Amino acid sequence: MAADSTQHPLKIYWIMWGALFVLSTFSYMTDFMGDGTLRTFLILLFMLAKAGGIVWIFMHMGWERIALKLAILGPPIAILVLITLMALEGNYVEESRLQNYGESTFEPETPVHH
Amino acid sequence: MSEAVLDSGAADAPDKQGLVEDWSRDKQVFGVPWGKAMMWIFLLSDTFIFSCFLVGYMMVRISTTDPWPNPSEVFALDAFGVPVPLLLIAIMTFILITSSGTMALAVNMGYRKDRKKTFWLMVATAILGASFVCMQAYEWSKLISEGVRPWGNPFGAAQFGSSFFMITGFHGMHVSAGVIYLLVIAFRVRNGFYEKRGGNYEIVEITGLYWHFVDLVWVFIFAFFYLW
Repeated sequence: MAADSTQHPLKIYWIMWGALFVLSTFSYMTDFMGDGTLRTFLILLFMLAKAGGIVWIFMHMGWERIALKLAILGPPIAILVLITLMALEGNYVEESRLQNYGESTFEPETPVHH
Repeated sequence: MSEAVLDSGAADAPDKQGLVEDWSRDKQVFGVPWGKAMMWIFLLSDTFIFSCFLVGYMMVRISTTDPWPNPSEVFALDAFGVPVPLLLIAIMTFILITSSGTMALAVNMGYRKDRKKTFWLMVATAILGASFVCMQAYEWSKLISEGVRPWGNPFGAAQFGSSFFMITGFHGMHVSAGVIYLLVIAFRVRNGFYEKRGGNYEIVEITGLYWHFVDLVWVFIFAFFYLW
């Protein structure tokens, strides 16, 4: 293997690849847990760990200059504002639907697979 | 990781983290090839599109008074007569991760100017991507045959179908486009197209950025749509 200044050692990719498999397995295992705050927390934790690893190592963001990091990773923070507003609005809409139309009478079927 | 310098523009910059220097030195700011900077900016705009879909999905799921269909039941698959929750989705997740790994190796081989390995790793990535799309097609047809439509379904809130087809459809379209993109670049690498242009394989990394982004979006879809 030629040692050149533009190359990363391969080792870090193998580690990241392995970590993604482990994290995905954990992520999938949360589906077998009971619903609750812990499950929500774990879903978010594994999601963010995977996303961080992909962006930082696979997409090389960790080696970029801070000007590029801020230009790309900064703007998505604004989405948190949208999420907050839409969560508030969603709760309000649900409440007014319950007040004006009452509880749902929908009777769902259980999915059957063949 | 001091040896791991990827951006050649950084070499003439006074200090590795000089944010103010970068913006005020009266030449290109990011110190990366323009193709890479533009791919990042495109991916940023794509981030906003997918975020809008996911936030819209969150909004309709919160606001509906009908029960939301249970994804682990809806997406369960029978394996040897036993229903396993999210089986196909889990397989699709692992396929996409595997393809991200082969892509990362392809980028590295590109910088080593190993054209043969770069070509085969990119082809492997494209094949894994294509199999992902095939599984998604299977999943769509299965759900459609069970009566899931954009305007309603037997398992719960009507908004489930529209969110599902919109989000996974748009993601699947990205994967399909990525497969074509990968194959085009892979064959150009093989036939020496970039040798005539000074042997610069930055393009493999730019393609890789797009591909990893597709995997990145799937991480969020998997967490918010299938697991939540």
